[in-house]
Amino acid sequence: MIADREITFTVNGERVTQPVEPRQNLVDFLREKLGLTGSHVGCEHGVCGACTIRVNGLLVRGCLTLAVQADGAEVQTIEGISDSGEIAVLQAAFLERNASQCGFCTPAMLLTAAELLKENPSPSREEIRQYLSGNYCRCTGYQSIVDAVEDAACSVAGGTS
Amino acid sequence: MKPAPFDYAKPRSVEEVFDLLDRYGDDARLLAGGQSLLPSLNMRLSAPAILIDITGQDALRGIVIDDGVLRIGALTTFSELKASAEVARAAPMLSQAIPWIAHPAIRNRGTVGGSLAHADPAAELPACMLALDAQLEIAAKSGRRRVPVADFFCGLFETDLKPGEMLTAIEVPVIGANYRSGFSEFSRRSGDFAISGLAAHAQFDGEMLRDVRLAYCGVDTRPIRVRTAERVLEGRPFDSAALAEAKTVLAKDLEPPDDLQATGQMKLHLSQVLAVRVLTAMKRADVR
Repeated sequence: MIADREITFTVNGERVTQPVEPRQNLVDFLREKLGLTGSHVGCEHGVCGACTIRVNGLLVRGCLTLAVQADGAEVQTIEGISDSGEIAVLQAAFLERNASQCGFCTPAMLLTAAELLKENPSPSREEIRQYLSGNYCRCTGYQSIVDAVEDAACSVAGGTS
Repeated sequence: MKPAPFDYAKPRSVEEVFDLLDRYGDDARLLAGGQSLLPSLNMRLSAPAILIDITGQDALRGIVIDDGVLRIGALTTFSELKASAEVARAAPMLSQAIPWIAHPAIRNRGTVGGSLAHADPAAELPACMLALDAQLEIAAKSGRRRVPVADFFCGLFETDLKPGEMLTAIEVPVIGANYRSGFSEFSRRSGDFAISGLAAHAQFDGEMLRDVRLAYCGVDTRPIRVRTAERVLEGRPFDSAALAEAKTVLAKDLEPPDDLQATGQMKLHLSQVLAVRVLTAMKRADVR
């Protein structure tokens, strides 16, 4: 029997101390132990992007990070990033453009799009596609997702948010 | 899928890393960025008894230029490599190759040392290091040794790393005067593994090409230099005739096997297209 490890880290600004099984990945821990089910679990090998979260300010795959590795880290999930208002413009654009169909990929799409707009406030459609290429939409609704990100970029640039 | 159960240790000191490697032998795997290891555990292709997390080993971090050599700590992530002004200046090929590796969220965790130690034949950095004549620094309890990258990749996912050893740093000669680099690849979708990828490095001595080094990924069991094509280009004016000849002789250097992505014939064709594209782009570039 492998002993659990106690980890302490910050999730959306709140300090959490919990025992974890070494093999449990971070996204499963967030969903199952903390009830933060906005991050989704798709392929479990880093391809689909549905589990994307922020660790110490950087986007990572939640399925390719062990929960035990988050000890001491600062983790942000879609719940925290949504509540803070940081991605309100993107969320409004996703709604407006019907960029969320079944919704499975949406939280990670929003996080990844937010990162893109931070790095490149006015990306071309091609740059948007390139940046989001690690996030799969099972409804294949890419056209409207790219439309929404483009709208969000314009609205931020135009100051109309 | 979920991985089989494993234990986990995050040693504070490098001595502790080697003690654990000694104690567990083949049952232990070193965990750096985990972007290749964790998928293989999740798919249960591998089931080690313990993961030794080396991300607390700060001596394995950092990028420095010293005495004409760019030294990259094994734990440097792809994103850190891409952001480094030193790397852009001393080894521009690496900066060019990084955007081809997977996606931003994976580049934020995946490490240079991990990519080399994993030795995936389709990975970008092993081919780059081969083209750049890198030296790898490997540590064990008994001391350190250095291995030219040409001797490091032994076969499919196989390297010269022995039990109890750990890759600690990669050293690349700072790019010389009039040298230029290029990298490009073909993949099915952006961020996928390469069907074929080319890392090219050469000196542009007026119209002449010298010290030509062409390394491919994705077309063999390990990254491979194409010596016949390099010899064709070496020391002669770089014109369309030279390029056409190099393209033809690539068929002597490369015999790509069929794989899930493409037939061998298609891989060879795409490798030839890459040679023309990358070398032509290098010729056009006014700056290296």
